Amino acid sequence: MPVTDVQHDLDALTLTITADFAAPVERVWEVYADPRQLERVWGPPGYPATFVDHDLVPGGRMNYFMTSPDGDKFYAYWDVATVDQPKSFTFKDGFAVDESFAANPEMPESTQVYEFAEVDGATRATFVATYADAASLQKVLDMGAVEGSTLAINQIDDLLAA
Amino acid sequence: MNEKDEDRADAWFHALSDRTRRDILRRVLAGEHSVSALARSYDMSFAAVQKHVAVLERAGLLTKRRQGREALASGDVEAVRAVGVMLTDLEALWRGRISRMDELFASDPQHDTTDNPTHLT
Repeated sequence: MPVTDVQHDLDALTLTITADFAAPVERVWEVYADPRQLERVWGPPGYPATFVDHDLVPGGRMNYFMTSPDGDKFYAYWDVATVDQPKSFTFKDGFAVDESFAANPEMPESTQVYEFAEVDGATRATFVATYADAASLQKVLDMGAVEGSTLAINQIDDLLAA
Repeated sequence: MNEKDEDRADAWFHALSDRTRRDILRRVLAGEHSVSALARSYDMSFAAVQKHVAVLERAGLLTKRRQGREALASGDVEAVRAVGVMLTDLEALWRGRISRMDELFASDPQHDTTDNPTHLT
């Protein structure tokens, strides 16, 4: 498994995943720069993602939907904030009302920070997802089809150990 | 998850989003406490502590029983464990995404992996 570290911060509502990939930084960046590759990794099993619009530049917009096993479509978007190719990019990940990809005001946005650094010819990737509050996180978790795993087992372990 | 599980998850996360309630839960998981004893541990009114205990009880994280004039509260470890299981499932989504990236790199025809260790872990 390339995941080397998982940090859950209950108070900050942040999930930080660290992973090491046996590929150069430029190769890892290509996954996000190429919508066809991104589709292969973004949706969870059973919920394949389709990127309709893809513009990985500051202020750029990514529109995508995930299709459930029952054929239901979940529309979502990325609002790209900063891009420092191939080292990092940041974006807001939110849900859309329908195929117009207008933001759904009922659903929370999360803040995502992805960083890629070279370590001995390979890539150390750090993915940080932050939610505004517990209610936002809960809504994302309720979707079931998305990655909002900010809360996780370590927090419960900490809770019981404290 | 079905509707009933979703409702329980709502109640769990709501209950655990408050630090006083997390603290109460820690205490009652360690052993049975009377509500009045719990109330003495916090700089807030008895009624306020009672309300926190009620939220935890409704979420199924804590059970209460009466003994004489006292209400005794204990943590429901099974329920807490169930929260843990649910959260582990969610973390698995992230792990799945990263392992699919790993597969993508391993299948690159143009990327010669023989010079590199397959994984660095």
